[in-house]
Amino acid sequence: MATRIQFENNCEVGVFSKLTNAYCLVAIGGSENFYSVFESELADVIPVVKTSIGGTRIIGRLCAGNKNGLLLPHTTTDQELQHLRNSLPDHVVVQRIEERLSALGNCISCNDHVALTHPDLDRETEELIADVLGVEVFRQTVAGNILVGSYCAFSNRGGLVHPHTSVEDLDELSTLLQVPLVAGTVNRGSEVIAAGMTVNDWTAFCGSDTTATELSVIESVFKLREAQPSSIVDEMRKSLIDTYGQPTTFYDLLPQLFMSIMNLYPLLTGNVI
Amino acid sequence: MFVPSKTMGTVLCCICGVAMPPNPANMCVSCLRSRVDITEGLRRHAAIHYCPECQSYLQPPHTWIRGLEPESQELLAFCLRRLCLPLRRLRLVHAEFIWTEPHSKRLRLRAKVQAEVIHGAILEQSHVVELTIHDRLCDSCTRVQANPDQWTAAVQLRQHISHRRTFFYLEQLILCHSAALRAIRIAESDHGLDFFFSSESHANKFVQFINGVAPVKFRNDKQLVSHDPKSNHYNYKYTFSVEISPVCREDLICLPPKLSNALGNLGPIVLCTKVTNSIALLDPISLRSAFLDAKQYWRTPFRALLSSRQLVEYIVLDVEVESAEVAIGGSKYMMAHAQVARVADFGNNDTMITIKTHLGHLLNPGDYALGYDLYAANHNDFEIDQYKGRLVLPEVVLVKKSYQRRGKPRAWKLKGLNMEVDTTSKGRADEEKRNTEYEEFLRDLEENPELRFNISLYRNKEYQPSEMASTVDGDDVPAIPLEELLAELDLSEEDEENQGADNMNE
Repeated sequence: MATRIQFENNCEVGVFSKLTNAYCLVAIGGSENFYSVFESELADVIPVVKTSIGGTRIIGRLCAGNKNGLLLPHTTTDQELQHLRNSLPDHVVVQRIEERLSALGNCISCNDHVALTHPDLDRETEELIADVLGVEVFRQTVAGNILVGSYCAFSNRGGLVHPHTSVEDLDELSTLLQVPLVAGTVNRGSEVIAAGMTVNDWTAFCGSDTTATELSVIESVFKLREAQPSSIVDEMRKSLIDTYGQPTTFYDLLPQLFMSIMNLYPLLTGNVI
Repeated sequence: MFVPSKTMGTVLCCICGVAMPPNPANMCVSCLRSRVDITEGLRRHAAIHYCPECQSYLQPPHTWIRGLEPESQELLAFCLRRLCLPLRRLRLVHAEFIWTEPHSKRLRLRAKVQAEVIHGAILEQSHVVELTIHDRLCDSCTRVQANPDQWTAAVQLRQHISHRRTFFYLEQLILCHSAALRAIRIAESDHGLDFFFSSESHANKFVQFINGVAPVKFRNDKQLVSHDPKSNHYNYKYTFSVEISPVCREDLICLPPKLSNALGNLGPIVLCTKVTNSIALLDPISLRSAFLDAKQYWRTPFRALLSSRQLVEYIVLDVEVESAEVAIGGSKYMMAHAQVARVADFGNNDTMITIKTHLGHLLNPGDYALGYDLYAANHNDFEIDQYKGRLVLPEVVLVKKSYQRRGKPRAWKLKGLNMEVDTTSKGRADEEKRNTEYEEFLRDLEENPELRFNISLYRNKEYQPSEMASTVDGDDVPAIPLEELLAELDLSEEDEENQGADNMNE
């Protein structure tokens, strides 16, 4: 489900938040509205952590992470690092890296399996990414822009890239990332995709300027319409791994659903058949 | 270098969702057009002022521009200037007129403008403007309408002699050079002509022209009509008083002793042979000539002793050529002794006079000549008295050969300036005198090719050459050859043959 949201009257939501499948980071705003929207959407499922990085609020663009780990720039203070280590789940590796290009969110775009990086990133950083995040790293450009972290946003289900990407580039990227990709815009024609929205496997948050067309494109490419954040569905997703990239509807899952209900019947009703 | 092929895909327009190639705004053209109006704030109506009298358009505050044809490029540029387009943010790509009814007093034009909209996309839009034409008389037309006779500068041309031959000649010169095109009015007065102009510069130009064709002296004056002390604007009436020297062609002159000495003891009795902007004098006895500039003349002005009115006809009885043909100032003369008798005396008595004359090349015994009878003349001249008897006057000075004229119609005619003639009773009495003078002027033109030099002669279409003319006419009356005549420009559609002037005059 895609939600329209604003951070202190600014539609660039991806700058002030970082959403992954295991956690969510949110910037400290003047009013609590921003945080409360994330809370209401995600509180039961994943931890929502308020933080700053290097004293700044542009946390979405400074850090890069997925469900396996989180990478922080060298400007992160020790207190922030400690706070994050404390707040995030234990299986998430939090690592501060020394890298000349310190806006890691602009340089690295990743999901749980693949990462696209800035072509000028250090070799050590690339190795660190592969280790901490557990991904395969590709150096690429998107529509001729080297800041891949800004101009494309992808999750495990799909991805949205800069609108000027040519058809050949789109095919190449799609092959690399193994997800369906579409070229589109966010926030009423803004080309900076990752700054305008933040997405994970079942939900997305976009700036409030996003038009209905853009929202429908996002929902269709990230397959958000039928996604539900329950562990039942997680199970089913794992079992349906061979139907990667195919649209999954409710009726496809019906047999499995029946079986799960049958298994859980005693728990639910207290009777035993 | 290998360049990989890049085919642009399509994105969805962020507003309406229609597939379109990506553009900087990421909106389809119709959504962009419906949201952004780059012609906002541009004028859609404007007013221009037009003077129907002189077909000029007003460019505020004071300039009236002429020569703007309807639906022309210049008019389009003028209208666009009046619109004051903000060319800083817009770029004008194309402009054209949309047809409107000529009498509707509306001009419509379509301008295509380009401007940058969000994120660097350039949008082009066409903008229709309607201009209303308001009729308004321009300042000069208002002045002309208020008082058509009002003049600002006047040139008074005067020559204080009793005949008008100079003015006939000047009239033809003015016509030929179109010097009086800008004159509002031309009036005739005694001893001269008045020209009225609407600006001082026009009058000045005319005076300079006259200065170049006649020996004149002039002065100019101005009279204050009104003044605006706050803006220091003064309106004057300018008057130029131009006086032409009273010496004409074929005048007999007695030079004042000072001038005669200054010219190298030129015999005090001289004939004036040519008057342009300098006076050519010829001593008929010694065949010496001199030229007097206008300035030189007016330093020591003199009048003619005898003028062409007082010419008497003589018959030449005998001619003895003395010297060879001499060319002076373009004309040929030959010194000769001639025995002449007055035509009035010819049958009655035996008075014969032997004289020296310069017309030896023209005269043969039996010819008629015109000359001044100094023996019998009663002259009242200041200069002659100054010589006090040191002077020996010749008895007769022959001036020109005379031809029998039978009043044949002429093959050529002249045009005239449209001037206001004095129609009082005094004026009517002079009319007969004027007609004879005009006839003499036309004869002069026929006899002297150098006089015709600056004048345009037109072919007389009504002229029928009569058969008896060539056989009966004994002596060859000088006539103007046909090659020198111009055909009048006739713009009527029936007369195809007379289009244009074939000027073979060289």
